[in-house]
Parts: sequence; structure tokens; C-alpha cells
Amino acid sequence: MTAVSGIDLSVPPSAFVALLGPSGCGKTTCLRMIGGFEQPSEGPNYHDPQTFENFKKDTGVAVEVNVFGSNEEMLAKLQAGASGWSLFVPTNYTISTYKKLGIIEPLDMAKLPNFDGTQEDPRFTSEGTIDKVIYAVPKNWGTTGFAVNTKKLTKPMTSWKEFWDTAMAEGDSRTMVHDYQLTTIGNALKYYGYSFNSLKQDELAKAEELLLKVKPHLFAVSSDYQPGMRAGDAWMTMCWTNDGAQLHRDIPEIAYVLGKEGGEIWTDFYAIPKDAPNKPAGYALLNYLMNPQVAVKEHLANGAPSTDARVNKLLPKEVLDNPILYPAADLLTPLEFGAAATLTDPGRAELMARFKSA
Amino acid sequence: MYGNRFRHNFLTALLLAPATAWLVVFLVLPFIAIAVFSVGERAPEGGYQAAFTFAQYANLPARATAFWNTMVLAPVGALACLLVAYPVAYYLALQAPQRWRLILLALVVIPFWTSLLMRTYAWMYILGGRGIPALLAFVGIEDVRLINTPGAVLLGIVYGYLPLMILPIYVSLERLDRRLLEASADLGATPLSTFLGVTLKLSLPGVMTGFSLVMILLLGEYLIPTLLGGGKVFFIGNALVDLFLQSRNWPFGSAIAITLVLVSVVVLIVANRISTRVSGARRVDLI
Repeated sequence: MTAVSGIDLSVPPSAFVALLGPSGCGKTTCLRMIGGFEQPSEGPNYHDPQTFENFKKDTGVAVEVNVFGSNEEMLAKLQAGASGWSLFVPTNYTISTYKKLGIIEPLDMAKLPNFDGTQEDPRFTSEGTIDKVIYAVPKNWGTTGFAVNTKKLTKPMTSWKEFWDTAMAEGDSRTMVHDYQLTTIGNALKYYGYSFNSLKQDELAKAEELLLKVKPHLFAVSSDYQPGMRAGDAWMTMCWTNDGAQLHRDIPEIAYVLGKEGGEIWTDFYAIPKDAPNKPAGYALLNYLMNPQVAVKEHLANGAPSTDARVNKLLPKEVLDNPILYPAADLLTPLEFGAAATLTDPGRAELMARFKSA
Repeated sequence: MYGNRFRHNFLTALLLAPATAWLVVFLVLPFIAIAVFSVGERAPEGGYQAAFTFAQYANLPARATAFWNTMVLAPVGALACLLVAYPVAYYLALQAPQRWRLILLALVVIPFWTSLLMRTYAWMYILGGRGIPALLAFVGIEDVRLINTPGAVLLGIVYGYLPLMILPIYVSLERLDRRLLEASADLGATPLSTFLGVTLKLSLPGVMTGFSLVMILLLGEYLIPTLLGGGKVFFIGNALVDLFLQSRNWPFGSAIAITLVLVSVVVLIVANRISTRVSGARRVDLI
């Protein structure tokens, strides 16, 4: 994906050149790129910062973004009371819990004319609707696979079994797993071919056994894996689609692999908390983000695929053809959405704690 | 006379009011809330549900490793700090030229003006693959890994807490009566025995203050092990973050927090006792 292409500047000897343009149009950025101080890229963000700038220009409402390490952390903040957010981004498996706890409100679809449910792929979006009431609308979807530095780990890999086995062999002290019970336990369960969401005692015990065996060989337990992978300290990590796409784009030898045993597929949604301090602004921003013209920029910025057919039409071919973003159907079929029960199950939480404290 | 005393008492109360209010609002009330939480139950979806049970305290052994790791990290980290800090404080207080002293002291304190998080991130970069290992690779030493090792954690701790150790030791050495050193030399003591018998002994209150200050802060540390250690070793701080934010078991988290506070108090009392005994009647004024 090219963000900027073909800037060229030749200045005849002893000549002056004036670069003119309105404030904020990118004069300095251009010069910095020519000078090599800035790399043209889409930026490694989950959002395109320009989106919020434009929104502010249109409405006068400034957007402040909070980022959390996990859905569990976000739920904790919402449970603690007034979060101060007017719009937030939960993942599929948490929405029914939010509804049960009464901390999100049913969306008033009249205020979201830019959303078109008929253009959404229900495979990805059904979890935002409970008892025919829409509580959340989709932002993007993706998968949880793993990223491998193929220069360091040359053996081709296709499964979670190989991920865990490599972590204890060639990938020793160079492998990262998420600090996130859903995916770390889920993908350990896949080693044995169990369900990603299993709550069965004996299956979880097997997963724990594997995790404890792998633990001494790990480079880190952290969901912030891009710095380690980019610096070459880590050679392999559990990885989400959007991070996988960004890593591969910037460092082509980093490949993104989906375990053939299955694993996670996810959709991130937008929802509005009941105690939102500024609901009109929340709706206005949400409606703005549902505009396909805006959404397409968001998808290009964060690298995650879209659930919206209108957006897919606007995306460039190389994005739609990118197998990291839109994997082959046979790889998608075995993937599972996280189950609501895993979010609140104390057994999985304790398992994760035992793994981390071991 | 009576009116005077009343006015005096009133003035005292008035002057103490801001500090008292601060203490009540930010220390006593949260502590009470946490104590109440700690005898409650985890609600089915996480969080807190009123109850009166000591089950959470009975469950403390489930975090035994975290307690054990912290109990090792805190004194080892504080000791490492001490070993680096003492020579620095000694030089600053007794050797450095007068006119350089303030500048050198400022250099010790200035890093504190930036948040520890930022400085720890800087170390992540320095120790990570694009930092020192890249330099080593340049001279032909390949694939060195410094980040996410116990050494990196110890380095981060020494770096982060060093000023807290240097300053109290510096103060106690600075107050040292130089004539005692002369007297010791006049009476035939070797420099080593002067150092051990006079300098070190008289600076012990500072050492104990620094040691307990660093150790108490290390009891709650979780950032440095997470960022420089790769989150592979779990400390009480990490256990608390996990219990409050991930598994949302507030009562259990509260019980651990209360236990941690009690442990800190015991550490303080023991440190005070030791330093009082070692250095005669002088007390460590830490609380």
C-alpha cells in the first residue's frame, strides 16, 4: 500500500525555491520525506488521526482516544462507573455481557443514517444484535494468528501445533504470547484441537500444562508485540490481523499465519455507554465513522478488513487481494468467535494468572 | 493565658487541616473502602458484591508466587541500588569540590522530572534489538539479547530508584562532623577502619532511610518487570493489576492490597528498629 508516491524535488544550483500552500497541507511533511526524516506510511494506528481532525472541523467536537490492553480492562473501567466515554469499541464476545449488565444502550438507528445493515455481512455482525435490538455496529473484523520472522525461523509453519513446538525449539526465548486470556489460552487449546472457547476442566488443564511447559522459553507475555518484532528481538508472536498486516507491510519477511486447527475470528464494534456524557456527540461521531468514504480511510490506516460491502467496493484491489486481510475461505471456516462465557469465567482468569506467575 | 493557649491550639489545627484532609481523603477513606471490598465477594460478572467473608484472605496462597517474587525483588533491588548509590553519595558529600556539588546533585535529581514510564520506555529501546545489540552486531557480535532478561529488570530498577537512595545517604554523610574523621586518623585508625567505624556507621540512618524507601516502593512495582522483563515474572503489583482489570475480582485484589500494606508497615517497623539499634538513639524519620 503506497501512501505517497513519487515526490521529487530538483533545485538548480544557487536557486531559491518557495513551497507554498495552506497551513497543514503537508509542506513540512513533504520536505521531511524528501530529507528522509519521515517514512511515508499509513501510520501504525488503530485509527487514522486525520479522521478525528476532520470530524472536529465539521462539528467542533474534539475526540479524545483511550486505548486499553484488553476487553476485560475496558469492562472493568465501565463497571467502575462513569467512564467519560461517549463511544467505545468492544469486541464481539463482550457485547452480551455489556447488555446484561445494562451498561450499553440500544442504538437509536434513526441517528445513524450512514449505517446500512443490508450491506453488512451477517457472519461478522450478528453479535451486535441481541433479541433483534441493535446494541453495536461493526468497525472491522479480523483474525488471531501468529506472525513469524521468516528470516530467523525458516521452516514454513501452518499450525498452532508448530507455533508452540517452535517456541520450545528454534524459537526459544524469541517467542511472544498475548497478555490476554482469551487468545493465549484459546490458542493453547488449539494445540490439542479443542475448542478455542473451551471451559471444560480437563481440556483447560491440558492447555495449562502446555503453557507452563512453554513459559520458560518465552521472550515475553505481552500484547504489545510490534516493538519486539520490529526490533528483531522477537521472531514469532501471537498476532491480530491489523498488526500482522502492518508488520508485513513494513518488514516483508514477517509473515502472518493462521493455524489450520482454527483459532479466533473477531469483530470490533462501536457502542455507546448508557452513562455517556455526550450522547449526541457519540452518535454524530459514530454516524460519521459509518460513512463509507470515511471508513475506507480508517481501514487503510489500521489495516483491518471491513464488514461493509460499500467499503469493500472502495478499497483498492491490493487490499482485497491481501491474504492477511482477506484469508482464503478454508482457513476462515474453522475459526471461532470468542464466547461470552470466557470473558467472565473465573477459571480461565485464574489459569492465566497461574501461567503468568509460574 | 487560657485564651492564648486556645488560640495556639486553634492555629495548630488550622495549619494541620490541609495535611489532615489530604490524609483522610486520599489515604484513610480509600483504605477503608479497600478493607470493606476485601471481605466481599466477586459478583458473577466481575466486580464487587457485598458480603462478610474472609474467603479472599484464605485464598492468598493462590498468589504465593507473586508474594515470593516481590519479597525477593524488593530487597535485592534495594541492595543493588544501595551498592551503586553509596559510592556516588560518598563522592558527592565528602570528595566533590564544593562548587561542583550542587550541579552534580542536580544531575542526580533531574531525571526525576520525567515520568518513570517514559524513561523505562527509553531503556526498552536502548536494550532492544535496535539499541546496544545493533551496536554489538556492528562490531560482529550477533544476536545478543538484553531486553526481557532478569539483568534488564535489575538495571531498570537501579536506574529508576537510584536518586531515592542517593539523596538520604548524601544528607547523612553531609552532616558528618569532619573532625571525627580527623580524630579517628589521629588515634591511628587506618582509612578502612575509619570508614567502617565512623563514616559508614554514622551514615547508617541515611542508608536505612534510603533502603526502606526504595524497598517499600519496590513492593508495589510492576511497570519495570513488565516492560523490561517481558511480563514473564509476576509480582504483587502485576497480580493487583490483573485482579482489578482482567479477572475483575475486586475483593481478592483488595485482600492482596491490604496484605501488601500490612507487609510494608512491618518492613518499616523492622527497618526502624534495626537502624535505631545500630546507630544508637537516632531514629529514622520516615513516617
